[in-house]
Amino acid sequence: MTLVYVDNVHKAFGDLEVLKGINLSVAQGEVVAIIGRSGSGKSTLLRCLNQLEKHDSGKITIADKQLDAASMSPKELSENVGMVFQSFNLFPHKTVGENVCLAPLVVRGEGKTEVEKIAREVLEKVGLSDKYDSYPAQLSGGQQQRVAIARALAMRPKVLLCDEVTSALDPELVGEVLRVLEALAAEGMTLILVTHEMGFARDVADRVVFMHQGRIHEEGAPSELFSNPQTPELKQFISAVL
Amino acid sequence: MIEFTFWDILRNLLLATRWTIVLSLIAFVGGATVGLVLTFMRLSSSRWLQRLTALYVDLFQGTPLLMQLFLIFFGAAALGHPISAWWAASIALTLFTSAFLCDIWRGCLEAVAKGQWHAARVLGMNYFQSMRHVILPQALRLSIPPTVGFSVQVIKGTALASIIGFVELTKAGTMLNNATFEPFTIFALVALLYFALCYPLSCYARYLEKKLYDAGLR
Amino acid sequence: MGPTLDFLTLLPYASELLQGLTTTVMLTVVTTLTGLTLAVAVAYLRVNGQPWVRWGLSGYVEVTRNTPFIVQLFFIFFGLPGLGIKIDAITAAFIAMTLNLAAYSAEILRAGISATAKGQLEAGRALGMTTLQSYRHVVLVPAFARVYPALISQSIIVMLGSAVVSQISVFDLTYAANFIQSRNFRSFEVYLLITLVYLLLAFGMRRSFMLVGKRVFAYQQGEQR
Repeated sequence: MTLVYVDNVHKAFGDLEVLKGINLSVAQGEVVAIIGRSGSGKSTLLRCLNQLEKHDSGKITIADKQLDAASMSPKELSENVGMVFQSFNLFPHKTVGENVCLAPLVVRGEGKTEVEKIAREVLEKVGLSDKYDSYPAQLSGGQQQRVAIARALAMRPKVLLCDEVTSALDPELVGEVLRVLEALAAEGMTLILVTHEMGFARDVADRVVFMHQGRIHEEGAPSELFSNPQTPELKQFISAVL
Repeated sequence: MIEFTFWDILRNLLLATRWTIVLSLIAFVGGATVGLVLTFMRLSSSRWLQRLTALYVDLFQGTPLLMQLFLIFFGAAALGHPISAWWAASIALTLFTSAFLCDIWRGCLEAVAKGQWHAARVLGMNYFQSMRHVILPQALRLSIPPTVGFSVQVIKGTALASIIGFVELTKAGTMLNNATFEPFTIFALVALLYFALCYPLSCYARYLEKKLYDAGLR
Repeated sequence: MGPTLDFLTLLPYASELLQGLTTTVMLTVVTTLTGLTLAVAVAYLRVNGQPWVRWGLSGYVEVTRNTPFIVQLFFIFFGLPGLGIKIDAITAAFIAMTLNLAAYSAEILRAGISATAKGQLEAGRALGMTTLQSYRHVVLVPAFARVYPALISQSIIVMLGSAVVSQISVFDLTYAANFIQSRNFRSFEVYLLITLVYLLLAFGMRRSFMLVGKRVFAYQQGEQR
């Protein structure tokens, strides 16, 4: 069943055309890794999927509902699409528990006891149940990013977008975040990740999408794509990063 | 002619200091109230309101406080509604303070990282929810040190009210000087009293700034 | 008289206005130069001076920053003669403005220096320069460039604050305004016009400072973009 459907999406910043007609469909439970050089448009595509950037033309649907300001409120959007950022963006003035509880409380208007129960569950899932009362500044980068994942999960989104979630981390902290994502994938969570971790893309993704100059240049199963790239651009990219 | 001892002078100056403090409080509280409204106007989505507030801030930051005082004092009279020095000083200092506080607070709100807006937004919060739960609490912490620091400028600004005849510390100093001809003692004492009011606030602002810095927020 | 504006009554006073404008501009230009120069010395000595020098300068900076300019002016003009030091009004204004600008600017510069200095000073030391040489050739310009916008603002604040020197009978713009309104009784028009002149001065000052900055700190252009 198709969960995310992207149909001929265009996006330009001024004269700079960043997305030149993207077509993509992601099935429920699928893990899609988007790779490509910086400037290829991969982050912009991800940000269009939750309308942090508004696409200029084309259509995006999530669970058969069209994605635009008119047909989907921020609340509804956040219940469909969760997002984790490269720079964590935790709320520094709130504890870990408060970070996770805030949106369910104020956006969904759920009860406090219920929300706290969910918060403990998702923090358990990312292995940080003991940090409930810590402040973000007291955590390592890897732990902060895991809190950010838990915070997104607390809204129970249908799909989780991950924008280079390990790029800001020290190398030794990357593993713990990737393991959390791997566990989510195994549970059947739909994930769309922009990543530079080729090993992770190969091992965990069901499908890898290579973007080049604002278009999807090549896509396929990771084993296929990495061992047998069809286009010279992908060949070059793979030899450069591996 | 009345003879003034040192203690007479000090006592009179201390009594006048009350009015410096009262005027400072009026200016600060009034300025903060008006400044708050201005800050939200400055951040509103209406281009028109943004421009208007920016112009207001530029006008008050680009002209002498003394002229603002004169314009209100003499302007009211020219309009046929003469006001007392009390009122003129209160109004002028309130407007002056509001312009600077608006500028300071806008800076603090903008200093909260863009990523915080994004994070609040992808969690489904609307503008007011984001503002209330995420942005404002952080901006508030950032804004306290410079706001306390600016209160020193307000206190010093009240000295200009002496020029339109409002009897506060500086005016009391010039009046006592005219009666006693001991300018060195008197103006040193006046300076000392201002220093006693301002220096603790300056130190407190610096301490708060350092605390914020140590907390890694700056 | 109704609330009407009549700027024509100001015309006969053009020469007073010009005299006031000249004084304000001259005072500003001179004190900006002396004030910023003094600020460099104060900033340097507050970091590198003998303990008693540092202590004394810190006292000067704190007293200046925590008392009103008008009181400083009165103290210099009325108070110092009490000690036998006699100063005319324009000199008192010049001294007060210079000391005021220097105290604030020294603090601004100190922040700029501490943000720039460490690695640069070490590099200078490694090349065999003395501390003073390192400051002169290595630290000062980048530090100045870093805090230049704040220094512009501070100089403008001092220019606007100079309206107060009219109170010791310096014939500046504000004095001209007071003089005219005592003759033609159109105080509101006079002050409105003078306020506008100050606004233009502030604007012009910012502009010319930025032009100068663009030239002096030209080496930075590549870095910033």
